[in-house]
Amino acid sequence: MQGAVREHVQAIEACGAEAVVIKKKEQLANVDGLVMPGGESTAIRRLIDKYDFMNELKEFAQAGKPMFGTCAGLILLARNVVGYDEPHIGVMDVTVERNSFGRQRESFEANLTISGIAENYNAVFIRAPHIVNAGENVEILAKHHERIVMAREGNLLGCSFHPELTEDYRITAYFIEMIKETIV
Amino acid sequence: MKIGTERVKRGMAEMQKGGVIMDVVNAEQAKIAEEAGAVAVMALERVPSDIRAAGGVARMADPRIVEEVMNAVTIPVMAKARIGHIVEARVLEAMGVDYIDESEVLTPADEEYHLNKRDYTVPFVCGCRDLGEAARRIGEGASMLRTKGEPGTGNIVEAVRHMRKVNAQVRKLVNMNADEVMTEAKLLGAPYELLLEIKELGRLPVVNFAAGGVATPADAALMMELGADGVFVGSGIFKSDNPAKFARAIVEATTHYQDYKLIAELSKELGTPMKGIEISTLAPEARMQERGW
Repeated sequence: MQGAVREHVQAIEACGAEAVVIKKKEQLANVDGLVMPGGESTAIRRLIDKYDFMNELKEFAQAGKPMFGTCAGLILLARNVVGYDEPHIGVMDVTVERNSFGRQRESFEANLTISGIAENYNAVFIRAPHIVNAGENVEILAKHHERIVMAREGNLLGCSFHPELTEDYRITAYFIEMIKETIV
Repeated sequence: MKIGTERVKRGMAEMQKGGVIMDVVNAEQAKIAEEAGAVAVMALERVPSDIRAAGGVARMADPRIVEEVMNAVTIPVMAKARIGHIVEARVLEAMGVDYIDESEVLTPADEEYHLNKRDYTVPFVCGCRDLGEAARRIGEGASMLRTKGEPGTGNIVEAVRHMRKVNAQVRKLVNMNADEVMTEAKLLGAPYELLLEIKELGRLPVVNFAAGGVATPADAALMMELGADGVFVGSGIFKSDNPAKFARAIVEATTHYQDYKLIAELSKELGTPMKGIEISTLAPEARMQERGW
């Protein structure tokens, strides 16, 4: 609804899958997986409420369909957000802190090793959150300076950075494999 | 680890796509904007229509106001520096502002040169009326563009002109033979290599928002229809009778710009929008869009 939608569509198509831009909740029934893009989490949350997406999104996750949140999308998935009483969708057993690396001038690119997905991955962090705490069923996939920046819990995948801003599609390809596993 | 890279600076603007950036003059307005779903706020001392009414020299806002707004919200905060004013830009950067608008709404500090925006860690947004101006600003390091429109008028006509012009010129470039591009670069006053890149991409390499005259939800939707990546709203919101309602309506109309029934609903009983100014009644020296080179 808001954010880096076009870039994710490009990445998904480059991996040979079909991408659909979701603007209405009814569309969720027709997709096998959902990417929640980077953007402004407060703005996206308002639109989720306004268009009554919340229940459908929770059901989507509980039905075991894969969801991938990048940056703002990770904040939406998290069960706890530091400084807020209530989470957003709140389905992934992690606690995240918003803008935890600082303001825009502190935004950065860094090389990451992502367990089982990619070595030497150039990740773009923009006013990024990080995962402060992860539940016991959460697999930690990557850290930057001892902070968790990518994790998976079953059908839920989240990262602090923006894979859609580079032409390295290894993470999108991994997510598409997660979807294929649920379809078979 | 690298900070202030082109990817990080342009990427920040990519995250704002499909959103609305609102002008605010204090913490209270900033909170209303954030609550309404703005993707960022522009911290100012006065909104453009008041700058226009006040006359005189318009400068960077009092840092106290910028700081107050930064402390009030968690969404990104932008602020304006005068065209070519290196120190105003450096001051805003030092304060940790997330984006600087090198803006024609303020009185230019330099009538020949814009800032060398590549020199800064903080990203910049600049106004443009055509592809030449857009390409020069990108060449100087702008990470985001917006139409100039005619700020503080509540009249969308100039923003429409500028958005259509840029997009038509991009289409023309895409359809050109490669051997015609150098002459086009000369005619537009645009960097040749950048035009080649735009031709290849089929679009500008940075996002282009609409700005300068958006006064109603329908205006915001119109600009999205014409290909804007998002919308800046200046005087429109906090000059209206019910700013919170008005701000929410603009955000929703921007997201769902082709849902006309919804826009009809959103537009009901919004109160009186700003009165607006017919462009032909503006003296040439009162036209802010002529500032910038």
